[in-house]
Amino acid sequence: MKSLEELKAIREQMKKQLDIRDQSDSNIRVAVGMATCGIAAGAKPVLAAFLQEIDRRDLRGISVTQTGCIGVCRLEPVVEVYVPGQEKVTYVKVTPEMVPTIVADHLVNRQVVTRFTIGAAEQEEKA
Amino acid sequence: MKLIRNHVMVCCGTGCTSSESPKIADAFEKELARAELQDEVKIVRTGCFGLCAAGPIVMILPDGACYSRVTVDDVPEIVREHLVKGRIVDRLLHMEGDEGTTATSLNDTQFYKHQTRIALRSCGIIDPESIDEYIGADGYLALGNILENKTDPQSIIDAIKESGLRGRGGAGFSTGMKWQFTKDAVSPDGVKYVCCNADEGDPGAFMDRSVLEGDPFSILEAMTIAAYAVGGTQGYIYVRAEYPIAIARLETAIQQAREYGLLGKNILGTDFSFDIELRLGAGAFVCGEETALMTSIEGHRGEPRPRPPFPAVKGLWQRPTLLNNVETYANITWILNNGAEKYAAIGTEKSKGTKVFALGGKITNTGLVEIPMGTTLRTVVEDIGGGVPHGKKFKAAQTGGPSGGCIPADLIDTPIDYESLTAIGSMMGSGGLIVMDEDNCMVDIAKFFLSFIVDESCGKCTPCRIGTKRLYDLLCKITDGNGTLEDLDTIEELCYHLKESSLCALGQSAPNPVLSTLQYFRDEYIAHVVEKRCPAGVCKNLVSYHIVPDKCKGCTLCAKNCPADAISGAIRAAHTIDSAKCIKCGVCLGNCRFGAIVKV
Ligand SMILES: Cc1cc2nc3c(=O)[nH]c(=O)nc-3n(C[C@H](O)[C@H](O)[C@H](O)COP(=O)(O)O)c2cc1C
Ligand code: SF4
Ligand code: SF4
Ligand code: SF4
Ligand code: FES
Repeated sequence: MKSLEELKAIREQMKKQLDIRDQSDSNIRVAVGMATCGIAAGAKPVLAAFLQEIDRRDLRGISVTQTGCIGVCRLEPVVEVYVPGQEKVTYVKVTPEMVPTIVADHLVNRQVVTRFTIGAAEQEEKA
Repeated sequence: MKLIRNHVMVCCGTGCTSSESPKIADAFEKELARAELQDEVKIVRTGCFGLCAAGPIVMILPDGACYSRVTVDDVPEIVREHLVKGRIVDRLLHMEGDEGTTATSLNDTQFYKHQTRIALRSCGIIDPESIDEYIGADGYLALGNILENKTDPQSIIDAIKESGLRGRGGAGFSTGMKWQFTKDAVSPDGVKYVCCNADEGDPGAFMDRSVLEGDPFSILEAMTIAAYAVGGTQGYIYVRAEYPIAIARLETAIQQAREYGLLGKNILGTDFSFDIELRLGAGAFVCGEETALMTSIEGHRGEPRPRPPFPAVKGLWQRPTLLNNVETYANITWILNNGAEKYAAIGTEKSKGTKVFALGGKITNTGLVEIPMGTTLRTVVEDIGGGVPHGKKFKAAQTGGPSGGCIPADLIDTPIDYESLTAIGSMMGSGGLIVMDEDNCMVDIAKFFLSFIVDESCGKCTPCRIGTKRLYDLLCKITDGNGTLEDLDTIEELCYHLKESSLCALGQSAPNPVLSTLQYFRDEYIAHVVEKRCPAGVCKNLVSYHIVPDKCKGCTLCAKNCPADAISGAIRAAHTIDSAKCIKCGVCLGNCRFGAIVKV
């Protein structure tokens, strides 16, 4: 027999799990490039790191998906972040160590981590 | 804690189960384990998405990709491409209509775009065998609030009244008023019953089945709230035995709700108690009629009895009894959680909210659709349904099943609500919506529904037992080509008597399909009677097959394939059909590559 409090606790816990099924456009979407090149470059641990970090911080309304090859294989692992109403941001050569920073600055505080983005990487290559 | 990144929703409703969707779910389990993704991807066996004709359906979330007609052999590719590499398998994406537009998200399809899903809100989205998922989708929020705040039962009934919700089982009686009558009725020993009508006997209808299969807890919660509001002590769900999946899921749901203390004694530790049991019906159409249903629950033969007394006053075992349809209950928690005004804002002045229809017949997208009341038939047929296939013309739509009538093509802009449908001689009914094209014979349609009624009449009263059979015989006479114009008058007279003197609504409404086809398609009846001709070419006795000599090349193909040996002729000479031998099977029509065979 559950109490009212237990019922509420189950609801909160389950809501997090069901977030993934929310098809509304208000969700932030994190897409990790998981084609062969991405997997070879270590995309899987990056995906796991995102899931872990989002869970650790108890964040809601963020879905993590995998996408195919984005066409910049030399910069893999690639992660795209879609915040509703903002332009897509592409992070490149992402490592699990970079993930907490992206989550904290971009997903929570809405500040793009410019130094990890594709723009920064391309400038570096030119320099 | 497992970190799940994808949910694979495999439809395990009746439609998809019949095309082996449970095996697909098993195959996913195996393939995911092989790809070592079992801890990252969760498989959810859901209820119906409403796309049954394109089943089995598999949806992958959060990406939103909807795959249709999936086979077990497709599973390795979906896992390898989509779940490992994130590449959507285009060739399996659900295609709409003939044009072949694919949509990556279900919500973008024409089929879903015009729908408003309230009763079906969780079908396909949650695991119907998990009370936790139901709770996560705001399940038991309404009941929890009521018990926590010790809400006054009258204010719940007021909210239901204010919402404007009307019974979805056919008659369209105000749900709030029915709850009020049951609450106000006095029971000699304090016992009151709360029942759910899940008999769903209309041929082709499967709205209630889909709700029970996809979201069974919503019915349990709504019945529990109803019991709280009217003072109910025991609940029964009367469900037909032909619905094994719905029954299994209801049993699981009742079990889990009892374990959680959401059914039974002292719900959530309060002093409110209520429990629910299932009662299986043997599938007689008449047992969906409320008094017959209760007689059947009591253990007697399911026959109607005269009303009054109405069930709200004297129902099951002579106690006040609330009886509502599955879909009616499916709206309750939404109303309480979202507010009665919000519900009343949907629909028309007298018909509020939404209605679920089982869309079938000659239509491109068949399936289950939920539309706001007042949506026109045109929107349903042309936009949601994708129109009549094969370039044929829309002729009529039938609503209300054996108790309803036809809506002809020139009334296609009729808004779908209780009043509008009744005004044109049809009715809302429980939600069957069958689309017909030029190849359907309206006399034959009327005959079909009447033959159903003849089989299902319980025989208790004479007008229905004998009258429906006589009516059926007259229709047969017409389709056989032996009808007279006087027969049409006799039919109308008989219909009048049936309506006026039958004991229950089965007999009272049995003439509707006949009367409405007579009203809108009288010329077709007359063609049968006077010209001995079936304009749609359906009634076998009134069609004949001929070979046009000028067109026949004498290839002999038709003669070889005729099962009755009715075709003769020499090679390279014109053939002929012996109409005495011809059994009108139509095989030759499809055989001839020169268009030499005609049906008249
Ligand atoms: C012959 C006959 C069959 C019926 N079958 C059903 C049925 O299958 N399901 C249903 O809910 N109501 C059916 N009804 C209507 C019920 O008698 C009753 O009106 C309804 O269940 C009340 O619930 P509601 O007010 O929520 O619509 C049938 C009525 C008749 C006359
Ligand atoms: S109208 Fe028909 S189904 Fe109803 S009680 Fe009479 S015989 Fe039975
Ligand atoms: S199939 Fe057509 S062309 Fe050939 S013999 Fe029959 S009617 Fe003539
Ligand atoms: S309709 Fe059938 S039975 Fe008649 S001629 Fe053609 S194939 Fe033979
Ligand atoms: S049963 Fe699968 S979509 Fe209806």
